[in-house]
Amino acid sequence: MSDVHDEFLAEAQEIIEALSRDLLFLDQAQKEGNVQPDLINEVFRGVHTLKGIAGMFGFQTLSAMAHTLEDLLDDLRLGRVALSQEVLDVLFEGVEGFQRLLGEGADEEAVDVKDFAQAIERVSKKRDSGEVTLEDLDLDESVLAVLTEYEEHRLRTNLSQGTPLYRLRVRFSLTTIDSNLEELKERAKSVAEIITYLPSVGGGDGDEIDLDVLLASDTPADELGEVLAAGGDAELERIGRQGGRETSHEALVPPPLDDAPGRPMPTSRPPAPEPPAPERGAAPPQQQRDMSADALSLRSVANTVRVDIRKLDHLMNVVGELAIVRSAVARITERIRANDELRQLAIELHRVNRGFERHLEELQEGILDVRMVPLGQLFDKLARIIRQVAREHDKEVRLLVTGAETEVDKLIVEELSDPLMHLIRNAIDHGIESPKVRELAGKPSEGILSLNAYQKGNHVVIEVEDDGTGMNDEMLVQAALRKGILSQEAADEITSQDALELIFMPGFSTRSAITDLSGRGVGMDVVKTNINRLGGVVDVWSEHGSGTKFTITLPVTLAIISALLVRVAGRDFAIPITSVQEAILLDRAAVRTVEGREVISLRGSTLPLCRLDRLFRLLPVQSDRRFVVVCAVGQRRVGFVVDALDGQQDIVIKALGKSLADVRGFAGATDLGDQRVALVLDAPGLLEEVLRSQELQQLGAETHE
Amino acid sequence: MRAFVRAALEEELGAEVMEAESGLRALRSLPAESFDLVVVDVNMPDLNGLELVSFMRKHDRHAATPILLISTEAAERDVEKGLALGANGFLSKPFTPDALCERARALIEGSGSG
Repeated sequence: MSDVHDEFLAEAQEIIEALSRDLLFLDQAQKEGNVQPDLINEVFRGVHTLKGIAGMFGFQTLSAMAHTLEDLLDDLRLGRVALSQEVLDVLFEGVEGFQRLLGEGADEEAVDVKDFAQAIERVSKKRDSGEVTLEDLDLDESVLAVLTEYEEHRLRTNLSQGTPLYRLRVRFSLTTIDSNLEELKERAKSVAEIITYLPSVGGGDGDEIDLDVLLASDTPADELGEVLAAGGDAELERIGRQGGRETSHEALVPPPLDDAPGRPMPTSRPPAPEPPAPERGAAPPQQQRDMSADALSLRSVANTVRVDIRKLDHLMNVVGELAIVRSAVARITERIRANDELRQLAIELHRVNRGFERHLEELQEGILDVRMVPLGQLFDKLARIIRQVAREHDKEVRLLVTGAETEVDKLIVEELSDPLMHLIRNAIDHGIESPKVRELAGKPSEGILSLNAYQKGNHVVIEVEDDGTGMNDEMLVQAALRKGILSQEAADEITSQDALELIFMPGFSTRSAITDLSGRGVGMDVVKTNINRLGGVVDVWSEHGSGTKFTITLPVTLAIISALLVRVAGRDFAIPITSVQEAILLDRAAVRTVEGREVISLRGSTLPLCRLDRLFRLLPVQSDRRFVVVCAVGQRRVGFVVDALDGQQDIVIKALGKSLADVRGFAGATDLGDQRVALVLDAPGLLEEVLRSQELQQLGAETHE
Repeated sequence: MRAFVRAALEEELGAEVMEAESGLRALRSLPAESFDLVVVDVNMPDLNGLELVSFMRKHDRHAATPILLISTEAAERDVEKGLALGANGFLSKPFTPDALCERARALIEGSGSG
């Protein structure tokens, strides 16, 4: 039962995402004054399907809400209501509501359906769609009999706009009809609106089929015929009014190719409406009103499966265990090899184990690959929010997205949505100016917000960039002084980059009046913490007057990582290799002390050192040689001093458990396979920690924390 | 949703189900196949359900094949048209697997005896 439920959730989610995308297209199209009827119909069908499945699975509120929205969409697609920004607001609100109702706990109260219904009421002041009758058209009754209400509406609209209607007769082979039709659609796209396809029986020998395509087009008929036929076999015929020739101003239109009124469809059955069929009478009236579509038209998802990410985590753990088994077998093999009589056996065992190892790697890569999802999923959701926020604040914002196909671990994508949302809200609220201000500053009234994603080695980079007002160092410093998170003497020496970094300090906000955008209880410090928790860093660039850019650098996956194993004070530690730049021998003579911190010079730049044994308060062991592991995350570097380097290994990180969840500096623990357990360092977190205390010292800030 | 219909028919009626993602797909397979029942949605991509019903009724092989129409509430007239064109019954969503199967069974048996 719960499987069915999950299936519903997954399908509903898919529909909502598609709706969201389509609405964004509609929004753009509406602004450009070029709304495609197809798209409205698509949205209508999506909401319709959602209503249907929600009803079936007992999501009554969701179903009711979809129902009200569907009425509005029906009015839209049948031209009874015009698409405006106000209508779009309601549509977007509806999609948000669906999302909330589907959310955790599925609280039926999460959305006030009555309120929503009223909002719909407000925008759907119905408009007459102009009285044009199709009966006047030179169309056979049998044709009119098979048109849906929507198709009739499209015919009527085109008629009332004076757009000529045509019938294109094509003959397709049944085996190639799919591709033929696609080609036809492609050719028609720029010159005509295809209203429907009417099949007729009997052309040729049963392997072929004649299709009458009804279309509307402003393109001159001869040109239209040329484009559509594209050298192939097709007849184009103008559909005129009955009794008398076309009254259109379209001089180029040739008379119908054949004098009979229309091209009668071969019929074997009278198309005249029969008395209501018994089935109709049998259904209760309420049911009749509540009919639903799309049983057959829902996008096929047959070749994909949805998997709970925890199942993949479990599989990854199993892979980890298998890796441990493999190491154990390798060790036993070594012991067998020591016995001369069994040497041959040991070699065979070794070979088998190597094969096992290769397949294990493949398995691991396969599981990792499955966890990856394109960032586009997240970007789509953000686009919806951007639109809403921009409208709420009367700002014109155009969203530019690149790299939506960049793939990241599903868990990372989930965790990214809050921080990104915050950055985006900030960009619109604090960054992008109102249209008037922009014009005064000589900028286009429409602000640009860019979301860029790309892969860079083992990392994925996401940039959130606006072309707004940017940040002013001086104002940031003043604000920090007022808040007491910066001392005057530190302020005197602060670099402009460091000034920008101030925004990440807890409790920092530059605006005296907090708007509802930024006043949501999440500050930039939380954004930073969240990103750090994912093993990533966030950097900021800003130029006063021209814009701000946040760059988030994240690991591609959290599930399995390559790590450098090190020893400190007799214990094993693992450092994620993605953070390691290089490891060098520590030249004790080169260590200098600056502001109470140890540093060395590395190829001309100063590298702060951090002795892990001291940091972890371990008893240092005597050692002639020590190593410096240079870790870098984003723009920051620290050299961690360790006793020994122990090689590189793929590890599966296991959480430390609830009781140790608050311990900072460690990402978890890992089993190294030979009954050794190592703590995994949280490199970004440690770096942050080390540099923070250092900066505080350097800046001479008042004690805080 | 198509999967839902399919599962219901397969599991409860033990029927062998063939799916078509669009009206045209259906059009392509119809001339070569025989069916005990065809379930048609009014609102399909490419070719609408009414056209499919009309086409089937003009085609000798399918002149008498029972057709169950699934339709949209918004277009009551579409159902009327569909029935006029020769569909044997219609069903409105939301419907349960039971309702679907009951309908399907009635239509199949009806055609067998008449």
